Amino acid sequence: MYKKYSIAAGAALAVGLAGMVAPAVAKVEGDTIVIGSSLSLTGKYSTNGFHTQKGYDFAVKRINDTGGVKVGGKSYKLKVVYYDDESTPSRASQLTERLVKQDGVDYMLGPYSTTMTKAVAPVTEKYKVPMVEAEGASRSLFTQGYKYMFAVLSTSEYYLAPVLDLIAQRAKAGWKSPSDLRIGMAFENDGFSLDVRAGVLDVAKKYGMKIVIDDKLPADLSDMSATLTKFKALKPDILLVSGHSKGAATAARQIEEMKINASAISITHCEAAKVHVKFPKSANGILCPTQWLTNLPNSEPIFGDAQKYDADFKKAYPEYNTGIPYQTAQASAAVLVFKDAFERANSFDRDKVRDALSATDMNTFYGPIKFSEAGNNIAKPMFYRQIQADGSYKNIVSHEDMTLPRKVSY
Amino acid sequence: MLDNLQLLFVYAPVMNVQMLLDGIFIGAVFALAAYGLALVWGVMNVKNLAQGDFVIMGGYIAFTAHNLGIHPIFALPFIAIVMFLYGLVVYQLVIKRVIDNDMFVSLLATFGLSLFMQQVMNLIYGPEVQTVDSHMYIMTMFDDFVTVPTVKIVSLALAAVFATAIVIFMTRSRMGQAIRATAQDARAARVLGIDTNKVYMFTFALNSAICGIAGVLVSMIWVLQPFYGIVYSLRTFAIVTAAGLGNLPGVITMSFILGWVEQYAGIIAGAEWQIAAAVFVLIGVLSWRQVQMRRQRQVVR
Repeated sequence: MYKKYSIAAGAALAVGLAGMVAPAVAKVEGDTIVIGSSLSLTGKYSTNGFHTQKGYDFAVKRINDTGGVKVGGKSYKLKVVYYDDESTPSRASQLTERLVKQDGVDYMLGPYSTTMTKAVAPVTEKYKVPMVEAEGASRSLFTQGYKYMFAVLSTSEYYLAPVLDLIAQRAKAGWKSPSDLRIGMAFENDGFSLDVRAGVLDVAKKYGMKIVIDDKLPADLSDMSATLTKFKALKPDILLVSGHSKGAATAARQIEEMKINASAISITHCEAAKVHVKFPKSANGILCPTQWLTNLPNSEPIFGDAQKYDADFKKAYPEYNTGIPYQTAQASAAVLVFKDAFERANSFDRDKVRDALSATDMNTFYGPIKFSEAGNNIAKPMFYRQIQADGSYKNIVSHEDMTLPRKVSY
Repeated sequence: MLDNLQLLFVYAPVMNVQMLLDGIFIGAVFALAAYGLALVWGVMNVKNLAQGDFVIMGGYIAFTAHNLGIHPIFALPFIAIVMFLYGLVVYQLVIKRVIDNDMFVSLLATFGLSLFMQQVMNLIYGPEVQTVDSHMYIMTMFDDFVTVPTVKIVSLALAAVFATAIVIFMTRSRMGQAIRATAQDARAARVLGIDTNKVYMFTFALNSAICGIAGVLVSMIWVLQPFYGIVYSLRTFAIVTAAGLGNLPGVITMSFILGWVEQYAGIIAGAEWQIAAAVFVLIGVLSWRQVQMRRQRQVVR
């Protein structure tokens, strides 16, 4: 009697062990290609983590519904395995290790934010797992010589630099000489914002613009009134601020409070900080950099153009009816890049897929994508939107679209 | 740096008015939170690392009130009561168990409490930055150069009112006297029939309520984020360490000094030195204390 049970228990144990030894998920299971991703679904990056996940899911579903990925004459479906990295870098690298070693995943989609990507990239590089990331913009990610990481977005030094080009063009068109323009700027003292600053310095030098204030904000500073008081005394023409949504909210609040009258103001992450809702007065005329615009003309067979992506996505996820964050669009673009690379490689061999990724040269609803040697997308520029008096955003294509000097009344 | 000094004292001396005013407003908010910390530290010898998170929690309750259409200033008494009750609960669950242990236990416990509060606020309100609009008029002086938002003046007045109320409470009321007696010598107080456990509980709850009030002011002047408490914890620790425990005038003076030092360091040395300057002040005060104490020790010898 007991013996019978113990045999049954032994058999169950053996089956269980066998299950543990064999990888739970293989790289290609039957007709499904499995891609791994560690995303921040809880913790401080969770909002954007979810935006990213929806972008991945939407693209995966669309690709699967429109014939899947064709490799070797056979059609495969995509599937993404997610883990929650809790917005903690060390957790993200552990989970990536687990995805690759235990779950046997051969391809990765990137996590959210530069910080997380920095934690994940060394692991994917070690195991030679191709990763397409959509949410890590820092220049410093692309100076490490990574060979298996590709990023669809514009890197951080292009966040505020092109706005100076636009302003200079306007200045030349009969406002004042670009070299007479003076800049006051404040950047958070972190990797991302200092990259943004490096880009600004280059362009300012090109036009001979003078930088009269160049402050670095500590990461935990919620008060930039000292910088703005100096700004009022020196009266530069242009105000540039970068410090994620916290910096954008602080800047907008204190610009309003201190009645700052700069001809041009550009702040990163102002959409994420919802400054147009919270501080409508000071938000008027602020130029916000964005990775993606909904009126881009580029079109491809899966999603159509940006406008169609926008409409289709809102149909699938009605909670995004007020606007789709660019984080979502670029996540979808990353999945498109993988599909394209699989089909061109015509193989599931990691290195062949990696080489195909490296040779990517495609047009998407998100903009053109072509990777440099370092893995960043060099084909797509950064775009701008200007906040209007009624709180809406106007897409800026050329300098003629801008209201400059901005008209405010506090 | 030199051109900044020139700007400050030669070209645009009006800037000083703005900075002195801003320093006072910042100091007033810090003073509230710092006095709460001095109270808990002095009476119970608990170094509350979650001090800043209590402030942020008060801010988030104000944010909720704002979303419900109640102006945070009118919600203030209610928020103070909620925070007082929250303080009672935290005392019963956590603080009570660590009072008699050594310093590290109380540091660890309050650090854990801080992480816990951050994560709960993150779950409820999300990680985005939130602000509360006070809808108050912004006054201007010197041809629009100096701006003074009414909400900051109101905050200063509120901070003054509460500081006075606390002083009166501490000197006149029975409970205030018991708190002071316990702070002086807990054992003697117990012998004389003071229920020190009750005193501790009340002190901690009072601190929680004071932090809540500071949080309401923070929500209207700066920004809220679940992980932002550490900023206020750091500054209140600096103020209390420099001012000394149980020294309300010292805490207030130190808060204003800190506010001014931050403002001037921000202009003269650049914003990256703003918080560093506050820490330098702390180091300066501590070094000065060392010198003073050495002299006293020699006398004793």
